[in-house]
Amino acid sequence: MVAREQFETDLSNIKEEIMVLSETTENALCEAVDALYNQDTELANQVIDRDKKIDEQEHSINDKTILLIAKQQPVATDLRRLIIALRITTDLERMGDNAKNIAKSTIHLGENHHLTIHHEIKQMRDMAVEMAHTAMHAFQYEDISIAGKLSEMDDQVDKLYERIIHELLTETATNSEKIQFVMQMAFSARYIERFADHITNIGESILFLVKGESYKLN
Amino acid sequence: MNSAAKTNHVPVPNTTVKPNSGDSKSIYSIQNFSLWYGNDQALQDVQFDIPANNVTAIIGPSGCGKSTFIKALNRMVELVASVKMSGSISYNRKDIFSPKYKVEELRTNVGMVFQHPNPFPKSIYENVAYGPKIHGIKKKKVLDEIVEKSLKGAALWDEVKDRLQENAFGLSGGQQQRLCIARCLAIEPDVILMDEPTSALDPISTAKIEELVQKLKEDYSIVIVTHNMQQAARISDKTAFFLNGEVIEYSNTDELFSNPKDKRTEDYITGRFG
Repeated sequence: MVAREQFETDLSNIKEEIMVLSETTENALCEAVDALYNQDTELANQVIDRDKKIDEQEHSINDKTILLIAKQQPVATDLRRLIIALRITTDLERMGDNAKNIAKSTIHLGENHHLTIHHEIKQMRDMAVEMAHTAMHAFQYEDISIAGKLSEMDDQVDKLYERIIHELLTETATNSEKIQFVMQMAFSARYIERFADHITNIGESILFLVKGESYKLN
Repeated sequence: MNSAAKTNHVPVPNTTVKPNSGDSKSIYSIQNFSLWYGNDQALQDVQFDIPANNVTAIIGPSGCGKSTFIKALNRMVELVASVKMSGSISYNRKDIFSPKYKVEELRTNVGMVFQHPNPFPKSIYENVAYGPKIHGIKKKKVLDEIVEKSLKGAALWDEVKDRLQENAFGLSGGQQQRLCIARCLAIEPDVILMDEPTSALDPISTAKIEELVQKLKEDYSIVIVTHNMQQAARISDKTAFFLNGEVIEYSNTDELFSNPKDKRTEDYITGRFG
């Protein structure tokens, strides 16, 4: 029997659940942005409902991680693996909240706002999804060279966000009666930008795991 | 296994005593110290300094040489007939294996507490007064003071002050171990060596000994061998990880348990072998 087989099994299960949670939040973001573009309030409501599931998954992972710390009293890298499991789960739950907030914006906008959603919000969403894939790849293989890429990816998301906001502000100047709708669009872009920030936090957690020290990626 | 050394003790040239080796706060300086039982090498090129007024933990799997090492620090290891050594161990900058060094002087300065409590079959009072008596102290008043001070130092006084004349075997295991620590303190050593002092004790007694160790380090330098990794992490300032007779890693305890430099240390402390 391999030493600490039970620990390895439990740790592997926690890791697996985190990857499933990541997939769930990623789907939530994709659907929230789809709902925004398609004025699909029904889909937006489904995203809001499913956020409860994300919260449940977060609690389940936290409980299992705390129990494993209590039972096995890990040290060094093993302890950091469990500490970052807690941190990453919190980031994923917040990412789910950002997706939920986009869905709420869609509901605020309603189905008849007659507004064209800024075409680059979708691009921003795609970049955030790619960042999530990169982060989970780095998490799965504990690979800091992959995690390091997240910093540059986040910079690109930030630049795109600034451009979108600049264009939306210009639009409010010329189209003041639509200001409340344009603001909801700007909020949505902001939620995606925050979503990406949480992904860089995940990258920082992976760097902490491998290096044993704290690093900043954004 | 390496071949045995030719003589009982072979000082390494120019490293026997280094007046400037280590910093001034080191109580022990170990230089290229190797030890053999017959042809079997138990310690290999051990080299590090043990700081004064600190708790230094020695960890490692069974058979790694940690008990041999701690018994070398008070020359108890010499009781094994086939033992051979090379290198040096300096205590307060004097080579303890030098022919001029008297073992009695070393043992007066370096006390030891063992895995199983081993009180003498005498009263609590006599257990503590025994050491001072054989060092020539006869006045009852002085002995009384030493007994009280030592029992207080070992955090046992309040529990036994009303029954000092009772047999020590009537104490619980944890109390007996603290009595052994009091016995050790009675000869006013500088160093206390502890060889797995809590492995035979229940969790409450273990916690009491651990708290005691933390207090004692203000006045004594403590070297503790322990199989309990969490205990080493809790109570020690420095930790040395031994494996197959070698020191694999020696550093601040906080660092060794959070970010060990050697993969073998990481594998051991995370329970992947040993």
